[in-house]
Amino acid sequence: MPEPVLSVRGLRTHFVTPERTVKAVDGLSYDLFPGKTLAVVGESGSGKSVHALSILGLLPMPPAKIVAGEILFRGKDLLKMKTEELRAVRGDRVAMIFQEPMTSLNPVMRVGEQIAETVILHQGKTREAARAKAIDLLKKVGIPHPEERVDDFPHQFSGGMRQRAMIAIALSCEPDVLIADEPTTALDVTIQAQILELMKDLQREYKMAIVLITHNIGVVAEMADDVVVMYAGRPVETASVGELFKDPKHPYTRGLLASVPSIYERKERLEAIPGQPPDLGAGSVAGCPFTARCAVALERCGADDPPQFHLKGGRMSNCWKCEGESEERSHRFADASGSAK
Amino acid sequence: MSATPILEVSGLKKHYSSRAGLFGDKTTVKAVDGVSFSVMPQESFAVVGESGCGKTTLGKLVLALEKPTEGRVLFDGADTAAMSGADLKRMRSQMQVIFQDPYSSLNPRMTVEDIICEPWIIHGMHQEPAVRAAKLAKLLDDCGIAKSFLNRHPHEFSGGQRQRVGIARALALDPRLVVADEPVSALDVSIQAQILNLLKDLQKERKLAYLFISHDFSVVRHLCTRIAVMYLGRVVETADSETLFNDPQHPYTEALLSAVPVPDPSIEKRRKRILLTGDVPSPLKPPSGCRFHPRCRYLKDACRTDDPALAESRPGHFAACPVLPFKDKRSDAALVALSNDARK
Repeated sequence: MPEPVLSVRGLRTHFVTPERTVKAVDGLSYDLFPGKTLAVVGESGSGKSVHALSILGLLPMPPAKIVAGEILFRGKDLLKMKTEELRAVRGDRVAMIFQEPMTSLNPVMRVGEQIAETVILHQGKTREAARAKAIDLLKKVGIPHPEERVDDFPHQFSGGMRQRAMIAIALSCEPDVLIADEPTTALDVTIQAQILELMKDLQREYKMAIVLITHNIGVVAEMADDVVVMYAGRPVETASVGELFKDPKHPYTRGLLASVPSIYERKERLEAIPGQPPDLGAGSVAGCPFTARCAVALERCGADDPPQFHLKGGRMSNCWKCEGESEERSHRFADASGSAK
Repeated sequence: MSATPILEVSGLKKHYSSRAGLFGDKTTVKAVDGVSFSVMPQESFAVVGESGCGKTTLGKLVLALEKPTEGRVLFDGADTAAMSGADLKRMRSQMQVIFQDPYSSLNPRMTVEDIICEPWIIHGMHQEPAVRAAKLAKLLDDCGIAKSFLNRHPHEFSGGQRQRVGIARALALDPRLVVADEPVSALDVSIQAQILNLLKDLQKERKLAYLFISHDFSVVRHLCTRIAVMYLGRVVETADSETLFNDPQHPYTEALLSAVPVPDPSIEKRRKRILLTGDVPSPLKPPSGCRFHPRCRYLKDACRTDDPALAESRPGHFAACPVLPFKDKRSDAALVALSNDARK
């Protein structure tokens, strides 16, 4: 088994204000392997984006606070790194693309300069060499006439082209890990299809690992090798994409999959999950956060927080119903796993 | 069909003109450029397209919130452009709208009760307190809103709850036609399913006709029986939804359907999708001939110059493409081969 390139261990990111503490991420663990895509799936407020920003140290602290956990990149804890060390990793070995290509590019800087900036910073290239590299990268991500477009400003690009430019920046140093936070959510479906295809091609070429953060189940099915489903800041289920869709173990995953309308079949009714996700700022709730919406909740679910049960085939589920199927805990997560009591 | 359509749109155009500076050239955006369709009572009709195709402008024209540059909107056989004053007001009570963004479409200073009851005040309906209370109770019940919400303000609720309030407001006047402009696209999937089920139930119970504007084919397939696909201000294909999904007759529809990711990895890993090249052209300068021709993989010389009209390829199925319906296609093998060719 190859070594994971990125391991998150029991990550807890809280937002602490005088009035209240919001446990945005509360005990997330996973392994990302080289060349693979891991999808982190969840709805708004599930903590999926906050976890990504925690990895790269991009959260404003305070109010954000990483209360516990480790983020190991090639065995080194990013959370323990000094600012300078982290800066050398960020954008170079671990790069990120954001949801809003509109707001994540600098509007008063030419697209080419924004790509060149990264190359100059991390690879110490000259301006001329960096510009040539920027043109190369724009070509690689499929921008027509890159020699001319390299001097355009972001507003001269369409939404899809901006996302391509963002990907060019992220790829400029051939990172080991690409964190993509809802990379296609703001795009039309035909453009989304182009961007996903581009990401897959580039992943093959650079052998990158991708953390794909999304709420779109269709995108997960298309892109992911492994999936972590998050709910209310917790991981509720981890499995390979095939296993997850074939046999979801956690009631939330089952509900989520059933509530997605499919283009291939017309269902009379969708099986919606009743109720609303919990308010994370409203103080800690005893037990499993999904209890109130769960159709199969047991009595203990409202009182005892389920730990992460390790099931066959490397799957994990945080549901008491899976206790019976649980195998012995792997050593890997035993010490750092946040959800263990 | 013999019944009169509740909504009939014919040759509808909306052009917006602007000048670049005081002496600059005049430019015209043809947001909607010759659209015709009709919606029957109790039917759910969808208009599908990507951003900038003109679907939202079309919705505004139907609601008489914008005046058409050309063409007519007939509601229940009467031309909405010719209406004014009391007629227009009465007509409007029969057609209501549900907006995309449940955050900006509810007045933050009003309570839920005020929001839902406002249409009754405007139209002078159900003025008897007991009648109004009964109507309100029924409406809350139908839309799944708890009574305790009535005295609270929109900011206290989540997106799904707000959208329920928006729906209750739209249904307060017992309309016959509801224009729903992307009503679930701002919601999370688990909540989206709740709202879609609600819209379906309400339609059955209240005999509503929907004009459902969306970019999401999977949602449309679930809710609607007939679909029009728009591209750059035009309808390129209309058909009943099963036919459209199984046998699209316009290359744009075909590519659009193929671009939708399917929530099933076993299908996703096998299928070859059709990738469109390039972006949607600017509606300021639509391409000559068929507007889709620069991105089309069935391109023939004539497509660059001839603008195809909608033609009926089988009863009720119209497409504006003279090429695709006559292609020998649709076997999976052929599709795979075609998309491989397109990649080269």
